[in-house]
Amino acid sequence: MKIETVILLIPLLPLIGCLVAGLFRHQVGRAGAHWVTILAVAGSFLLSTYVAWEVFFNGLPVLDYSVYTWAIADGIRFEIGFLIDSLTALMMVVVTFVSLMVHIYTIGYMHEDDGYQRFFAYINLFTFAMLMLVMANNFLQLFFGWEAVGLVSYLLIGFWFRKESATKANLKAFLVNRVGDFGFLIGIAAVLMYFGSLNYGEVFGQVEQVEGTTISIFGATEWSLMTFICICLFIGAMGKSAQVPLHVWLPDSMEGPTPISALIHAATMVTAGIFMVARLSPVFEASEAALSFILVIGAVTALFMGLVGIVQNDIKRVVAYSTLSQLGYMTVALGASAYAAAIFHLMTHAFFKALLFLAAGSVIMALHHKQDMREMGGLSKYLPITAATAWIGSLALIGFPFFSGFYSKDLIIESVKLAERPGVAFATFAVYAGVVVTALYSFRMLYLAFHGPTRMDEETRAHAHESPLVVTIPLILLAIPSVLIGYFTVEPLLFGGALSDAITVRAANDVVMMLADKFDGPFAFGLHGFVTPVFWLAMLGVAIATYVYLFNPQLAEKIRSRVMPLWTVLDRKYWFDELYQKVLTGAGLKVADGLSRGGDQTVIDGWLVNGSARMVGRMSAALRQLQSGFLYHYAFVMVVALVALVASYVLLR
Amino acid sequence: MLTLAHFLTLGAVLFAISVAGIFINRKNVLILLMCIELMLLAVNMNFVAFSRFLDVMDGQVFVFFILTVAAAEAAIGLAILVVLFRNRRSISVDDIADLKG
Amino acid sequence: MPIIEIVFYLFSLVLIASALSVVTVGNPVYAVLFLVLAFFSAACLWILLHAEFLAIVLVLVYVGAVMVLFLFVVMMLDVNVSPGSEGFTRYLPAGVLVAFAMAVQMFLVIWTRGMETVPMPEPKEEGYSHTRELGELLYTDYLYAFEIAAVLLLVAIIAAILLTHRKRPETKHQDPSRQVKVRREDRVRLVKMKSEGEER
Repeated sequence: MKIETVILLIPLLPLIGCLVAGLFRHQVGRAGAHWVTILAVAGSFLLSTYVAWEVFFNGLPVLDYSVYTWAIADGIRFEIGFLIDSLTALMMVVVTFVSLMVHIYTIGYMHEDDGYQRFFAYINLFTFAMLMLVMANNFLQLFFGWEAVGLVSYLLIGFWFRKESATKANLKAFLVNRVGDFGFLIGIAAVLMYFGSLNYGEVFGQVEQVEGTTISIFGATEWSLMTFICICLFIGAMGKSAQVPLHVWLPDSMEGPTPISALIHAATMVTAGIFMVARLSPVFEASEAALSFILVIGAVTALFMGLVGIVQNDIKRVVAYSTLSQLGYMTVALGASAYAAAIFHLMTHAFFKALLFLAAGSVIMALHHKQDMREMGGLSKYLPITAATAWIGSLALIGFPFFSGFYSKDLIIESVKLAERPGVAFATFAVYAGVVVTALYSFRMLYLAFHGPTRMDEETRAHAHESPLVVTIPLILLAIPSVLIGYFTVEPLLFGGALSDAITVRAANDVVMMLADKFDGPFAFGLHGFVTPVFWLAMLGVAIATYVYLFNPQLAEKIRSRVMPLWTVLDRKYWFDELYQKVLTGAGLKVADGLSRGGDQTVIDGWLVNGSARMVGRMSAALRQLQSGFLYHYAFVMVVALVALVASYVLLR
Repeated sequence: MLTLAHFLTLGAVLFAISVAGIFINRKNVLILLMCIELMLLAVNMNFVAFSRFLDVMDGQVFVFFILTVAAAEAAIGLAILVVLFRNRRSISVDDIADLKG
Repeated sequence: MPIIEIVFYLFSLVLIASALSVVTVGNPVYAVLFLVLAFFSAACLWILLHAEFLAIVLVLVYVGAVMVLFLFVVMMLDVNVSPGSEGFTRYLPAGVLVAFAMAVQMFLVIWTRGMETVPMPEPKEEGYSHTRELGELLYTDYLYAFEIAAVLLLVAIIAAILLTHRKRPETKHQDPSRQVKVRREDRVRLVKMKSEGEER
């Protein structure tokens, strides 16, 4: 089989699966739906692995070709095309693997749900859209994938559409993403305007010529064009990857079923922003200011969202805030020009965060859809496999040496320290402090859910038991890369230049390469990890969590009452929601109300539609008096008009 | 010496007479139709005059077509008149006001 | 005064007089007859203007067909309109006023725009046929218009027939389609009966 055919099949298989499961759900039935979709994703995964193998081990050259020309307008080609290089191959494997795990897991999780086939169709559609996004070789297809994953995310957050909170959450996700997409679209438009092309390769080739251009947007202030483009594009990433201040939709998206929280809102879709910045690294490298902006935004997200995670009681929300925080880490890495580190963290995070979500989902299943951690505790007795995998996930998350998260997170922190641009000092502080926070909320969750006294009611406890195999097997399969993937891939990906064909870093900014001198093998790096301050900071967080939540549960309450204002700040999530609700939504509602009443009802309905009808009616009522029906009246009018006409001709000429 | 103006004047007089005729005989559809014929004759007179004085044959072609249309109009007009008379026993214009708004 | 002007003024007078009579006479039969006279005079004037073919057509078609049709209808309808019926005097001032205004306007146009100085062109050489030229024009440049005019006449014929055609229930007529559709069973009825010889 030709490699192009393989590549084309990778996104098409899930699309076919989606169509079969979605359009013929009654014909294929429940089992048919999950078999079709799982086989499609499995095929996609195997082919992706094959492509990745070819790329990384058999030296497949970078493929950049277009499959189909959609339209040509004014010399600009709108195409569907694929760019297959190391970055794409890596993303394809990660996406299809996590997607496959989630598919299998869903059999157990959605077992009793009426929308079984619909769910499978959606997640298959999501896989297709995400693959189109990562495989794109032009901005248009990137945007298509971008919007398509947003759409599926919307559909899936509101999957239980009879629940009001779910429909509100998906609307919120959609609207907040629109804000980001607006920036993104402007960015793409600016690229099209100044580069005259949407193709990655052609745009990257022109960066050096365009770099010095300045534009003035408001008044006479000159902006660097590249900074403008990069910030606009990054605003898109902020929406999709839930960076402050566009993060508000992600915690609410937990209203959706847990498998999609794992797939979409932890492992893949939310990392699309990170992927996009890394993919466009040649563009972003051209703007120091934009990178500084990214750095600061990422640092704020990493630290402050992690802090909110400490006070959450809903097990999924803890993981959601943890996701926000980790996305912040990735963004910080992007801002520090350590794109490879960001992608590396993206990959490891995809595994261990999907694992954590699925573990949380397993707990929720066991407790019959109870999500409040205050009503859990001691679950390790009932759910041993879940508990073990959750431990693995958490250790990876806090960056315990030799776990996958350790390598990626440690490298991000090291990169940030080496970077030289405004905001680095704050970012460094944020990532260090973030380590403590991460450890604190991770272990708080572990202890509250799996250890300590059991706090649930008798009936729930009686029914609590380990989840079925379709749930535990994905957990185990995800736990394996969560532990090992970092150890085996850190050297080739970051220092071996495996991503060098996809990521461009200017020599002066190349912090990852600066680290290469200090790096002497993953094992030595792991050993060294035990004596770094990062490790001790993490241990500090673990120790606090252990003391407070395992041995002295009353202390938590005491501390909370002691620092009530601070706790309130965190519990209200810095009042972002209230702020948006009051300022933006309130103003928006007023404007919309005004337009609806003033514009729609009065002007359009009242004047234009009914008004014109009324006017016609009145005029005809008046004019009908003229219609006597007598022939000679009409003749008379005609003749008089003729006289007038000739008179005007005679007199005026 | 005869000029174009003489013939046009004749047409104008004919036209004015027929307009006056429409006003005077407003009750009788038959005479109204005849007035219209007369009006068309006035127009034809002008066409023929122009054709002669400007030495262009197209004017006569137009007269030809006008005669055609006038014949058709007369035929249909009279047919309508016959039907009208059959239904109402009258051709007085005063009795026909069904289109009153 | 040259003969041509004498002819012009003579027939113009007849034409105007007959036109006036048409609109004032009141009796439709007389009106039609005056109209015939008007057409005749107009035909003579057209011959003066070298429109021989049209003059002949006017007499043959208009007087011969259309006017006869008028006359026919007038007599068939049997409308008794008293001359000088009500409204005649009532609307006379208005009609005359409007007609007068219109005539004045047209005179102004005709006599002040240089048309009084256009002389009659010299006649064409002997053997020249206006009718031939008209025919050539009709069958070349105006061919489509000519054919459309033909269709128009056809439509007028059909419309006139359709409008005046009456279905008379008492008339007997054949319906070919029903004749063709007929089957044996509709016409022949087989009846079984005993032969009469046996009984005897």
